[in-house]
Amino acid sequence: MKSNEAMTKLPANPERATLDGKNKFLGFWFFLGGETVLFASLFGVYLGLRNATNGGVTSNELFELPLVFIATMLLLTSSLTSVFATMALKTNHFKRMIGWFVVTGLLGLGFLGLEIYEFNHYVHEYGHTIKSSAWGSAFYTLVGTHGAHVFMGISWITLLIIRNLRRGMDLYTAPKFYLFALYWHFIDVVWIFIFTVVYLMGKVG
Amino acid sequence: MSAHAYKKKNPVWDWLTTVDHKKIGILYLASGAFFFLLGGIEAILLRVQLLYPEFDFVGAETFNQLLTMHGTTMIFLAAMPLIFGFMNAIVPLQIGARDVAFPFVNSLGFWLFTAGGILLNLGWFLGGAPDAGWTGYAPLSTTSPGNGVDFYVLGLQISGIGTLIGGINFLVTIINMRAPGMTFMRMPLFTWSSFITSGLILFAFPALTIGLALLMFDRLFGSQFFAAEAGGNPIIYEHLFWIFGHPEVYILVLPAFGMFSEIIATFARKRLFGYSAMVFATALIGFLGFMVWVHHMFTVGLGPIANSIFAVATMLIAVPTGVKIFNWLFTMWGGKVSFPTANLFAVGFIPSFVLGGMTGVMLSVPPADYQYHDSYFVVAHFHYVIVGGVVFGLFAGMYYWWPKIFGTVLNEFLGKLHFWLFFIGFHLTFFPMHFLGLMGMPRRVYTYLSGQSLDEANFAATMGAFLMGLATIIMVWNIIQTSVKGKKAGNDPWDGRTLEWAISSPAPEYNFAQTPLVRGLDAWWLEKRAGNKQMVAAEPLDDIHMPDSSILPVLLSLGLFTAALSAIYSNWVLAIGGLALAALSMILRSVIDYHGYHIHKEDLPAEGREGK
Repeated sequence: MKSNEAMTKLPANPERATLDGKNKFLGFWFFLGGETVLFASLFGVYLGLRNATNGGVTSNELFELPLVFIATMLLLTSSLTSVFATMALKTNHFKRMIGWFVVTGLLGLGFLGLEIYEFNHYVHEYGHTIKSSAWGSAFYTLVGTHGAHVFMGISWITLLIIRNLRRGMDLYTAPKFYLFALYWHFIDVVWIFIFTVVYLMGKVG
Repeated sequence: MSAHAYKKKNPVWDWLTTVDHKKIGILYLASGAFFFLLGGIEAILLRVQLLYPEFDFVGAETFNQLLTMHGTTMIFLAAMPLIFGFMNAIVPLQIGARDVAFPFVNSLGFWLFTAGGILLNLGWFLGGAPDAGWTGYAPLSTTSPGNGVDFYVLGLQISGIGTLIGGINFLVTIINMRAPGMTFMRMPLFTWSSFITSGLILFAFPALTIGLALLMFDRLFGSQFFAAEAGGNPIIYEHLFWIFGHPEVYILVLPAFGMFSEIIATFARKRLFGYSAMVFATALIGFLGFMVWVHHMFTVGLGPIANSIFAVATMLIAVPTGVKIFNWLFTMWGGKVSFPTANLFAVGFIPSFVLGGMTGVMLSVPPADYQYHDSYFVVAHFHYVIVGGVVFGLFAGMYYWWPKIFGTVLNEFLGKLHFWLFFIGFHLTFFPMHFLGLMGMPRRVYTYLSGQSLDEANFAATMGAFLMGLATIIMVWNIIQTSVKGKKAGNDPWDGRTLEWAISSPAPEYNFAQTPLVRGLDAWWLEKRAGNKQMVAAEPLDDIHMPDSSILPVLLSLGLFTAALSAIYSNWVLAIGGLALAALSMILRSVIDYHGYHIHKEDLPAEGREGK
């Protein structure tokens, strides 16, 4: 009952109820449009250089799909949990939202750990580095830029949770959390393309 | 952060921390003007080197640095900020807004641009400026010795981030902050072209970001993107650069088109001819601008099919551009045309730009382009579109909007002298270059031999450059004189048509005491024809909410500047320190609540109140 009462206090889309919220919402979508071009450029570079192995290890020899599968599942699940968090945001369940965002961040951390392990493995076991071939340069730049985005996202949600834990949900804090969820989905979509273009095509393409 | 502190601030701190779009506009204009003078001096040094055959004035090495820095400075550090200056100073006023959507981001954009611009020019003092051309083609740029190109890569990267967030800010401002009744199809053409330019910035600059990042990795971290010997491919850089670079041309020229549309209509005392066709043509040019980048690369050898498709797309752009030219002519047709300096530049632009457009169509034909490529014909072409289009637009906009921005009117006699000297000097410099190019003189080469019929045209071009320099000195003198003892401007000195002329000159910090109600295209003109002395208000007089000023944009830019400079010298501890300062600034921005403050309605001056 308490939550029902709270629901009536906030409007239907609290993240877009104020002009400030509307501006942030629209501005962030535009930002993601720019990010799309950024990653599209990196994908273009990768497609142009993915066979330029310089006589070194090839993608078919290098990639191990089980590891990539686990990483993908972690990130996809984190996207689902961020949806749960957004639903909690829209229905004004602050604690539930924080809970799901914590899970989202932890899953992201797991993904990041696997990626660091993977890069470390490639460098030390196979001598596959950013300098070893043009393909190596393209691989680490594309996948690494995505990883940097994941790191940025985890830092962001950590900061948001710490700062707003005791403030609860209002028209001022709702846009902040909502934008993070948008960002997190975007990172997830980029990963789906990386999984396809880098790993699947690297194995069978 | 603190309320009402704005009245007691010391001026330096005020300018460092301001988030007022009008002040940020002035900051953009001032730094853009500084870099414009710098780029102009570089141009004159280039022309002196080419005054006589086998002349030894600055020598080959300095010539390469000068030509690189002239191009880079004029495009990224002069034209871009000057356009952002006018967008900041005018667009919020034209749509009846109190401010931009993101005042903090606006300030950050300016300071990032400034940090990048300073970094780019530090090369002059630290062992050599960039010398790989403004395009920075690999492998010339990846193998260029010294640190020059590192300054180019990191300086442009930082200022590029500033431009990108500035573009997002204007997109959101124009969509969300319009006054009641200001529908999209009632927006002034300058606002429309700023809107489309911001869209182009959003989708073009990330490609440059990646191109520069890859150059940086190749130079600083030993990656192999553009090293053909390790399987890399330098053509990828050319693609990335021109996917950004061609839209950049329209990013620069569309706002100038918008200025001309306002100025020509105002001084013809007629509504702009074919308003909706103008809007559509602007959007179409912006759209097609993304489909033509390969015409910079016809001679790379991408094959006849790629070349043909991009050739046809390039020729298509002539259609909407032609629509615009005719609309400007028809706007003047039958009008009561007067020619103050602003309109002289606007009308002088039309034939100059048409010449540049025609050579553009010539260049769009791939077999012919093999002949023109990398010759002075290309130099003539792009100076005709960029000087004849963008610079004339910026000058026209300066004389037109100076009263609104600074509250004084520039001297008309000096203005007209400026126009005629610049106009004659411009054509004297660049018209002969067409023929120099057709006779085989290559661009970016520091000298030429005598007895090849190149002497006279080169001499004439240098004389033209001196004339443009003289014109610029007169302009600077005009600005100084006007700043010291300029004639006070009225609110509406040109009998204008759009909302910015409905408020005082310069505009108060809250712009509109009451948000105006817009009742049609040329909103202010309509009210004046209806006999009203001011706009009808769309809201009752109330307290006005203002954003907090902040020093964080300066700190964040300083952090990135330090990081980039340290990375160039491989001082990684200091580089991480710089990044930490930038990160800390971002964290503080997120953690601190900025509530803004209110100007109380009792404190508003009586003349600022509208629609009593």
